Order: sequence, then C-alpha cells, then structure tokens
Amino acid sequence: MEDQKLPCVLIDCIGEKHGVYEEHVEFLKEHFCLITMKEYIENKKILGKKIRAIYMWYHKPVINEELLQSLPNLKIVASSGVGIDHLDLNLLSRYGVKVSNTPFIVSTDTADLGMALMLASSRRLVEGYQMAVSPDTEYFPANWLGDEVSGATLGIIGMGTIGYKVAERAKAFEMKILYHNRKQRNKEEENAVGAIYCKKIDDLLQQSDFVMLAVNLTPQTHKLIGKRELQLMKPTATLINISRGLVVEQDDLVEALQNKVIKAAALDVTYPEPLPRDHPLLKMENVLITPHIGSATKKTRHLMMENMTESIQAALTSLPIPHEVLL
Amino acid sequence: MLRSKAFNLLKSIHLMSGQPKLAYKGIHPVIASHGHRSHRSVGYRQRYKTGAGSAGGRTLSAPQTKAMSEKELPGLLILDIGGTYGVQENIVALLKKHFCLITMKEFLENKKEMSKKIQSVFVSECRPTVDQELLESLPNLKVIGNSGVGVDHLNLKMISNFGVKVTNTPHAVADSTADIGMALMLASARRLVEGSQIAISPHTKYFAVDWLGVEVTRATLGIIGMGRIGYKVAQRARAFEMKILYHNRKQRRKEEEQAVGAHYCEKMEDLLQQSDFVMLVVNLTPENHKMIGKKELGLMKPTATLINIGRGALIDQDALVEALQNNVIRAAALDVTYPEPLPRDHPLLKLNNIIITPHIGTATVQAIQMMAEEAIANMLAVLNGQPIPSEVFPK
Repeated sequence: MEDQKLPCVLIDCIGEKHGVYEEHVEFLKEHFCLITMKEYIENKKILGKKIRAIYMWYHKPVINEELLQSLPNLKIVASSGVGIDHLDLNLLSRYGVKVSNTPFIVSTDTADLGMALMLASSRRLVEGYQMAVSPDTEYFPANWLGDEVSGATLGIIGMGTIGYKVAERAKAFEMKILYHNRKQRNKEEENAVGAIYCKKIDDLLQQSDFVMLAVNLTPQTHKLIGKRELQLMKPTATLINISRGLVVEQDDLVEALQNKVIKAAALDVTYPEPLPRDHPLLKMENVLITPHIGSATKKTRHLMMENMTESIQAALTSLPIPHEVLL
Repeated sequence: MLRSKAFNLLKSIHLMSGQPKLAYKGIHPVIASHGHRSHRSVGYRQRYKTGAGSAGGRTLSAPQTKAMSEKELPGLLILDIGGTYGVQENIVALLKKHFCLITMKEFLENKKEMSKKIQSVFVSECRPTVDQELLESLPNLKVIGNSGVGVDHLNLKMISNFGVKVTNTPHAVADSTADIGMALMLASARRLVEGSQIAISPHTKYFAVDWLGVEVTRATLGIIGMGRIGYKVAQRARAFEMKILYHNRKQRRKEEEQAVGAHYCEKMEDLLQQSDFVMLVVNLTPENHKMIGKKELGLMKPTATLINIGRGALIDQDALVEALQNNVIRAAALDVTYPEPLPRDHPLLKLNNIIITPHIGTATVQAIQMMAEEAIANMLAVLNGQPIPSEVFPK
C-alpha cells in the first residue's frame, strides 16, 4: 500500500455513490499512492503528513479547516468539473493550497446537453416518448405539436467556452443568436457564429425564444434570473439552465411557469440536487429536468481524470499548473 | 428561405391568375426578400396578420364573398375539419382562401353534386385514403396535394392511370425533420429520457456520479439518404464536429460534400462499420423495404446507435428487437415505426435502450403551416396549368 516513491493523494472512496470510478483506479495508481478517507481517519497521525494532494471527485471529500490543519504537506486540491462554487477559495489560499479544475474538457459535452435540452423541450420529446409507449395509446393525435428550433432566436447568457460552443451549434440550426456577457467578444468571434451582443440583459430576454444560462456561479450571478427577468421574457419562451441551480431564483421560476409567464423550462441543474421529492418543479408538465449530466460521458470523465492527474503532478513538482484556479 | 419560397410561389400563381396585386401589398419586407430565418418568428406572425385582413382589398360582404368564392374557387376534398384525424382550424382557414372546401362527409352525403366540383384532394397524415373507388368517383380530379414529403401511402401508378397528378412538400419538412433527427441522436446518446425519469422519480435519493452516456461531439455520423433532409442533418452535425459519412443513390457534388465535410460511402457496409450513429433519412420505396436487417445490424459497432427518421418499414423490426436485446448495437431512436402506433404488446415498447417518438418529424406549428402553404402552391399550379414545383412521378 505505501509505495514511498509515488506521492500520496487523498480521495473520498472508490466506487459507491460518489466515489472515484473503479475503471479509473488503475491509471491513478500508476501515478499516485491513493489513500481513502477511511484509511486516513484510521491512521491520521502518519498519513496526515504524507498527503500532498486531494483528488476531489464530485465535491468529495469535503474540505474544511479541520482537514486542512491536519494535512501540513497539502499542496493542491484538484477538483473535477469546471464549477468551483463548492470550494472556499479564500480558506484554501490562507493555507497556501493551490486549486485546479477541468474547464475546457467539459465544454463540448455541456454544450451538447444544452442543445439536447432545447430540442427535447421544444419538440416535446419526453412527452412524445411517453405517448408512443403508453399502454393507453390507441392512435397518435394529429393536432399534437411542438415548436421549431430551426430559425428561432437563442439568447445565451454567459458566452464563455461553453456558451460559445452552444452558439457554434445553434448557428447550424440557422438560429438568430443573441448573447449577454461581462465583456463583449471580439468581432471575428462574433461573426464566426453570427452572435449579436446585448449589453443589457433585458434586450436579450425580450427578444429570445430560448434563453440559455451558461454562466458560472459567482456572487454576481447568484439569482441572476428572478421574477423581473422572467417577466421580461416572451410568454412563448423557454428557459434552459446548464450552469448552476442557484443562478435562478427557483421559487420565482415555479411561479412564472405556473402562471404561464414563460412557456417552459429545461434544467440540468437545480438547487439542491436532487430536488426534494415534493418540489413543485417535479410535477410540472412544461418542465424537463435532467440529473446534472452536463459532462456525463465516459470519454469526458476519463479526460477529466487525466487532467486532474496532470494538475496534481505539476503542483508537486513545482511546475506551472494547467487549469489552476486563481482567486 | 423555404418559407419565402412557398409564399412567393403562392404569390406568383395568384398574380398570374389575375387577382389584384394589392392582396400582397402588406408582405413583410423580410419575407419578400430572402426570407432570412432570423426574423422568422416576427415575420411569420406579421404575414398572417396581413394576409387575413387583405383578401385582395375586397370590401364585399360575407355572404357575397361566400357566393363568389363558391363559384370561383376550385373544390378541394379533405377528410374532416378538426377532430381526431381532421385538418386543424387555422390550416382550414388557409385552405379556404384558395379552395371551396368539401369534407368527406359532405361528399358522401351528396356524391352526385359534389363529385364534379372536386378538382383536388388535400392529403394530410395519410388521410383521406385515396383508393380506386374514390378516384373513380371524382371525374374532374386533377391533383392530390400531399402535406408532407413521404408518399409511400399513395399508389402513384394507380393515381397516374387516372390522369391525376401527385405533389408533395419537400421544402417545408426539411428543417423540422432534420431537427428531430438531431434531437433523437442527442437524447439517445445522453440518455435524456432515462435521466428525466430519474430526476423526477419519487424513489430518487441522490444522483449517481457514474451514470454516463456517450459523446456526440467528434463522433462519427453515418447518414443513409443524403437528400434535402439528410443534407440539413449533415449541416447540423458538422457544428458538433462530427465526422460525417453518407450513403446515397448518387454521390453529391464536391462542393456540397466539402461544405459539410461529408465522405461518400458507395457501399453501405462501409458506413455501417465505421459509424457511431447511423441515421436513416431515405424515403420508402418498394426497393428499400427492410434495408436494415440482421446483417446490417450485425455490421454496426456494438457501441452504435440507430436513428430512424425515414419510414418504419425501412427496418426489419424483428431483427432490431433481437439486436437490441442482445446488445448487438447499443441503442435505437425511432420517430417512425410500422405500424404507427405499434401494438401495445410489441417487444420494442419494453426495451430500455430505445426511444420512440410518435412520428413528430414535422409536428411543429411552423412546419404544419408551411406544409399547407407548399401543398396549396403545388395544387394551384396544377389547376392553373403552371409549372409544378414538386410533382411526384411513379417509377
């Protein structure tokens, strides 16, 4: 178990609900001496000093001050995925611990899922599937219609790597693309996807048939979409969220959907995840929810694991860290 | 593009048959130009706002208009207005501008008088059924205007023997059908239906992190049938950086291939062996029934997905059931089956690696409208002896 040459890395566990994937363990063990949380707790005195990195897979293990105090040689926390809203960056900085994420690798899968949600919602795919397989179905009604995605107007809020990839895809559907971002992109980038900048979010909300949230969660984007924003949207519009649940004021969204202020919502993210089983969003016909699967493909998760390994290795050899998250 | 095409067809036909130009004075300039899609949602509504109010600038009273219409407008047979299988109200309103509408019921109740009036039949979702008996009882029938592009439900030879033309609507269906193809591919790859069930299930306590789908970006898409719809699928897939292979009766021109980065596979087998996603976008002919059977499924990768937006009968359904049960292929996503709907005890309905949708390839508010417009333009062209935009000939 204790190979002195390989650096010791703390993980939560292997397998089970949130653990490191069994298939990834072989690769990881080539580079690291893996120590599970259980093993660490049983032997804190000795292992505490050996652990030089934390491999944080889907927010586990949870990092708090107590843990940081008992890991004097901790150099880096490598976090899976691009979101880092679950980390206390200030705390980690105070202990001199670096942080890395996996920003670019998740982009195409997440953009793909954004498109999948938009198409599925607009064309009523899940409803249609239920009709096609229902034991009660005798015929397919003629008047059963969805709305077209091709040629409609898509408003992207957050034109980072993921937002831009959404725009690239939407362009092929001949969609009119509006975007709102902290900074305007340069002209070539805009022209490449035919995207029009909306300095005021209101302009985007008022003109879009589909509003897609692709921002990261920060204090500035927390509850960015609330009652006011929903009312600015067209009553025929759909809200799609592939960012974080907290970007949307969820109670306002429920109300807006109930009162047909907007037509529908498609959410890969909610707050919390999963929602409590009695939450109104779960019962609404015009709501499509997926279980936070933006980056849930075999290939991408494997690449994430490789990315994280790289970041840890760089930190431990004092080289520049790929995908370092700076305060 | 295609919307303004259909509308301009309508416009030019009316101008030639002597109706005042005033009728179209109010065309939204965007539509009249190149019909740029980005203004679709606005221009679309605007056009119909204009259209409804401007019946050639006439100020005749309603009864007078009705009497005039009945004399002047050609008779069009439809199955029914509204109801389970009938034509929707707003499409009926559109048809009434150019035709004197006669429902099947009205026709059957008064065959003697009605049969001579009927010059055209509007077929939507395969109804009404056009059989020998119907054709024999409509001496002045000139055209069957089909709403939709598939005409496998029509006996083209028989209809032609009666000297009746058949038209379809290839332009109106293309975008929405290509969209459904993409929707099915993405939904299947990312396990969207399953995921949505987990998200709302009363039994869900947590979201498992090892619950995974397969990638679409940079995967290989094999398109079987590179017509209008197939090409639009290729255009969309390209934006997902997909590698695109295609199989078609004829190879497309180099510029067309390069524009979407598509590679021609003269042998369908090559396409089947290399694709992560195989999409059927051909029309059904007597020659390609069950073109995808046990052999073809066996050639596909075990990680591959079969998507069908063509016709159900293109696939040997029993072979597909077996292939899915034995994981010969990963999954299937079908907008079309044979029959539709499938019998409720059909094995396809019980598999968990299949998505079926109820033939919704053109089931959008926008497409239904455009299909009616395109059908109208085609039927009027026939009745007015003008070049017919989309005539279908028997082989």
